Formats: sequence, structure tokens, C-alpha cells
Amino acid sequence: MHAPALSNAAWYKTEHRNGTFRLVVGGAWVRGEARRLDPILRALDIGQYTDAEFDCGAIERLDTVGAWLLLRTKRSLEQRGVAVRPVHVDPKYRALVHTIDHECRAPPVAPPPRPTLTTRLERIGRGCFHAVHQGYELVGFFGLIVYETIETILHPRRLRIAALVHQMEETGLNATPIVGLLSFLIGVVFAYQGSDQLRRFGADVFTVNLLGVGVLRELGGLMAAIIAAGRSGSAFAAQIGTMKLSEEIDAIQVTGFNVVEVLVLPRLLGIILTLPLLTFYSNMMGLLGGAATCNLDLGITIPAFLHQLHGAVSGWTFWVGVIKAPVFAFIIGLVGCHQGFQAERNASSVGRHTTQAVVESIFLVIAADAVFSIVFSKLGI
Amino acid sequence: MSTAPDPDIAISIRGLVTRVGGHILHDHIDLDVVRGEILAVVGSSGSGKSVLLRSIIGLQHPSGGRIEVLGHDLDTLSDDALVHVQVRWGVLFQDGALFGDQTVAQNVQTPLREHADLPQRLMDEIASVRLSMVGLPPDAAGKYPSELSGGMRKRAGLARALTLDPELLFLDEPTAGLDPISASEFDVLVRELQQSLRLTVFMVTHDLGTLRATSDRIAVLVDTKLKVGTIATLAEDPHPWIHEYFAGVRAMAQP
Repeated sequence: MHAPALSNAAWYKTEHRNGTFRLVVGGAWVRGEARRLDPILRALDIGQYTDAEFDCGAIERLDTVGAWLLLRTKRSLEQRGVAVRPVHVDPKYRALVHTIDHECRAPPVAPPPRPTLTTRLERIGRGCFHAVHQGYELVGFFGLIVYETIETILHPRRLRIAALVHQMEETGLNATPIVGLLSFLIGVVFAYQGSDQLRRFGADVFTVNLLGVGVLRELGGLMAAIIAAGRSGSAFAAQIGTMKLSEEIDAIQVTGFNVVEVLVLPRLLGIILTLPLLTFYSNMMGLLGGAATCNLDLGITIPAFLHQLHGAVSGWTFWVGVIKAPVFAFIIGLVGCHQGFQAERNASSVGRHTTQAVVESIFLVIAADAVFSIVFSKLGI
Repeated sequence: MSTAPDPDIAISIRGLVTRVGGHILHDHIDLDVVRGEILAVVGSSGSGKSVLLRSIIGLQHPSGGRIEVLGHDLDTLSDDALVHVQVRWGVLFQDGALFGDQTVAQNVQTPLREHADLPQRLMDEIASVRLSMVGLPPDAAGKYPSELSGGMRKRAGLARALTLDPELLFLDEPTAGLDPISASEFDVLVRELQQSLRLTVFMVTHDLGTLRATSDRIAVLVDTKLKVGTIATLAEDPHPWIHEYFAGVRAMAQP
């Protein structure tokens, strides 16, 4: 049945005998030969004959692709009013040919239309509509969360402490190594770049001011928020999306639990409580990185660094950075959970929405940061 | 590979041992699947039926023993040689395992795209041939797996498994989750395709109807061992689980 790999290549020849057109085929009519045979058979011209014979006696191997090529040719001739007789078909191929011939009466599937200007425009339109719809849904989700949060404040017993603590561990404690390392490195980079520029004016010591204001006001908080979006926002979306996939969300719902209360509030509260702490930690590590660089590169001792820092920053510089953290946390948690619920019940959709959660939350965090900058500058802080 | 493989044996298992987490699932199992037969594996839940199937198709590494598929021990094959064996079998996973981001037609064409170089128009034709062979309506071709019912997903999965004209077909619980009518239609389909495409079928099943309608031989996986027979011989087996199971099948067979 299966000859070892190399069998004769497929061949065919055409004959004319007693007013009959004969197509004689032989060899291995298998998918490996189809690329060559397909255009030939599609273009087969039998002239004026109204009677044709397919002699299949020399076929050594036949698979579905080969059988289909012959059947397709037979059908297209028959459509032109030619009577076609297959002869010498090996009995062992009859069942295959019969199955294909019998089952496949439907016209072949039309290939999907090629993209035209209209379909491209339609895609752009759909994309815009989708973006607006997404925003609308997010606002709706925001409302639901606010309502549930108020409900929970009014009935504090509904808060799931164990889940909350677990989320705080996941989003806060477990993030400390990476947040600490990256902030430390950012501090190092910032101090080097600052000292390079300021040295030209002989103002190296102001590197400390640059570092203090830069890290405390902006960088510490942004680093923590971006890492939280990458770690926790994506985790929220993937967890909730997968739970949707495996019908766990449906199970929660029909068991009489409140989905938002069980899944969203612990995550959201967990990240809101821990991101300010992470921001504080990130600030300290950033300053530490900067202090180390100043010490090694500029020869500013730690006490001198602290003294200079004390003069450079006020309490507000620190609080401006930390105040923003809960807002960033809220954005990350909201977007992450929302994208999780948006996922459809297939794997690629969960992946897409997880990506979307990270991209959207980082975008919104930076946008919010810009708004904060404007507000603080108007307030003169 | 000391002895030449017997060309009539599609799958040969010798002394297979599978340990999962310190727990023995298969204890020195021997089994031969003869070309052209439909062999069904039954057993209680958790007895390691699916693990057996996964071991044969190389998704799970056996703890001991040897498995030869189509005359090759998969463990000893190079990656290229493995592909040559893999194109000669088709696998239908439990829920079809269709690729979610492709339409049904694209799913069916995927093996062709990877292993053959065909014009797109011919591939579209072949896909519709396959789909009608497994009894799917033409409009299913453009649909995504998430838009299909469970039964249609299985049929589409079967069409994909058959795309490369395999010699050997693996079915993992082909009728699980189908209503009895769809299930028996699926049984008939498997039987018909097995005959017209001259397939060797290895299936894992729970379904008594499937056993009765399709299988030539049955292998029962019980207490880490395999017992092979037919419904009639297994019904006489002294083992209580086997006896109870096949007494039920026989009761169904005699209305």
C-alpha cells in the first residue's frame, strides 16, 4: 500500500482512438505531484470530442489530491457535455474515488475576496468604532466598580481579606526585586547623564538636585507603575480571561457570588494599597543608585549627598510622586480586569486582551501623569 | 531495531512502563495494532488511556519499554525522520484542537501548506473535498472554530487529521460530548472513512455505542495492564470491572 518513498512520478498522455479522446494516466498520483499536474489538467483541451475515456490502469499510487484532480477534470468535461468513462480503475481505489465523488457535490469554497480600498476603509472605520466602544465600555466598567466599592465600604464584611492579602503579596511584595533593581539602575543612569552635563558648568553638585527632583517627582513613581502594569495588569487580564475561557466566571456567577466582589475588588484594592508603597521603595532605590554613582564618580560623600538633597527637595516633592501612585494603580487594575472580561472564549483572544491591557494601561498612566504635571504646575507645587 | 519490522503491524508496543508522579499507570504493556483494523482502548477514568495515546504519538516520554509506530521507534528518530512519520498519521484531539485564529478551511489546509507545495486554488478545493467527506456543510469552511458546535468541531478536526491521507488515525474520545445521534453518525463516518481510505484507527473511547459500531478489537486498560479481545470474549473475562463493563455492552447488543 505504501511503497517506500520513491515511486514513479505521475505521468499522463493523451490519445485519440476511434473518435474517442483518451487520457492515460499512470505513476504516483499523489499530492507531491499536484503542483505540476494541477495547471495542466485545468487547461486540458480535448477539442471537438464528445466522448472521453480516462485510462487509470497504470496508476501505482493514488491519494485524495490525485483522485480529486482526476475527478475535477472529469466533472469539468462533463459540464461541457462530454461523456467521460473511467476505465481500468484498480478496485482498491474505487472506495476512495466513490467517497470523493459521492460526497463532494458542493461547489468548491470561494476564496476570500482580496482586500480592496473599500474593505480597507471599512477596517479603519471598524477600528475607530471599536476604540470608541472600548472607551464606552471602560466607563461602564468604571461605574460598576465604583458602585461595588461603595457597597463594600457600606458592608465591610463583604471584603475578602484573604484574597486581598494574596493580591497584595502578588502585586506588591513579589515585585520588589525587579522594581528595586530597575530603579537603582535608573538612578545610576540619571546621575551619570546629569553629572556629565552639569560638570561643564562646574555645577556637579547640582546632580543631586536633579536626581532628587527627577526621581521623587516622576521617575520613581513611573517606574513602579510601568512595572506594575507589565507584571500585574497583564496577570489580571490573563487570569480573568482564562477563567472566562474555562467557564469559571460562569460558575462563580451561578453559585450566587458577585463576580466583581470576588475577582475585581481584591485585585484593584490590592494594587491600590501596594503601588504607593512600591513607589516609595522605588524612590529610595533610585536615590540609592544615584548616591552610589555620585560617591564613586563625583566624590560626593553620602552625608554631603544627603545634605544637598535636603536643600533641594521639599516635602511636596516627595508627596507629589506618592500621591499619583493610587491613581496609577487604579488605572492599571481597572484596565487589566476590564480587558480580562472582554476576552472571548478562545486562547488567542486571551493573549490579545492581555497585550491590550498592558499597552492601554501604560498609555493611560503616562497620560494621567501629564495631566498631573499640568495640574501641579497650575497649583504652583 | 534488531529485527525487521513487520509490515502488517502499524503500532507495536513492548514492555511499556509509564510512571506519572511516582504512580504507575502502565506496567509492562504489550500491544500490536494490525494494519487496517480499528482498535479501541477502554478503561475507567484515570486509568491512563489518553496517556497511552500520547505516548504512542510521542507527546509523552515512556518511563520504560519500546513503542514502534509504522516501523519506527520515535525515540531514536532524528527530527527530520520524525516528520516523515508524523505526516503518515493524523490525530483528532478531544475537542478538535482546531487553531482558533484560523477558519475551518485554513485549519484543514495547514498540514498541506506545511508539507506540500500546492497552489492556493487547489488547496481550497482539497479543503472543501475534505469538509464534505466528513459531512460538514460548505458554509462551514469560512467559519471560525468558536462559531461551530462541538460535533462540527470534531468533524473539522477529523478533516484536518485526514488532510495528508494518513495511514494511521488516532482518535481521542471521538464521541465524548456529542448527543447520541451525532455520536452514532460520527461512528458511521469513522467506519466509512476507515474503509474507503483504508485507515488503521487507534481510538480511546468511553462510548459503548462506538465500541459496538466501529471497533474490530478492544484493549481494556485495567489495573495498569492491558487485556485485548472482542466484546464477546471480554464479556467472559473474570475481572469484575471488565465483566461489568462488557456485560453492559452485550446487553445493549441484544435488544
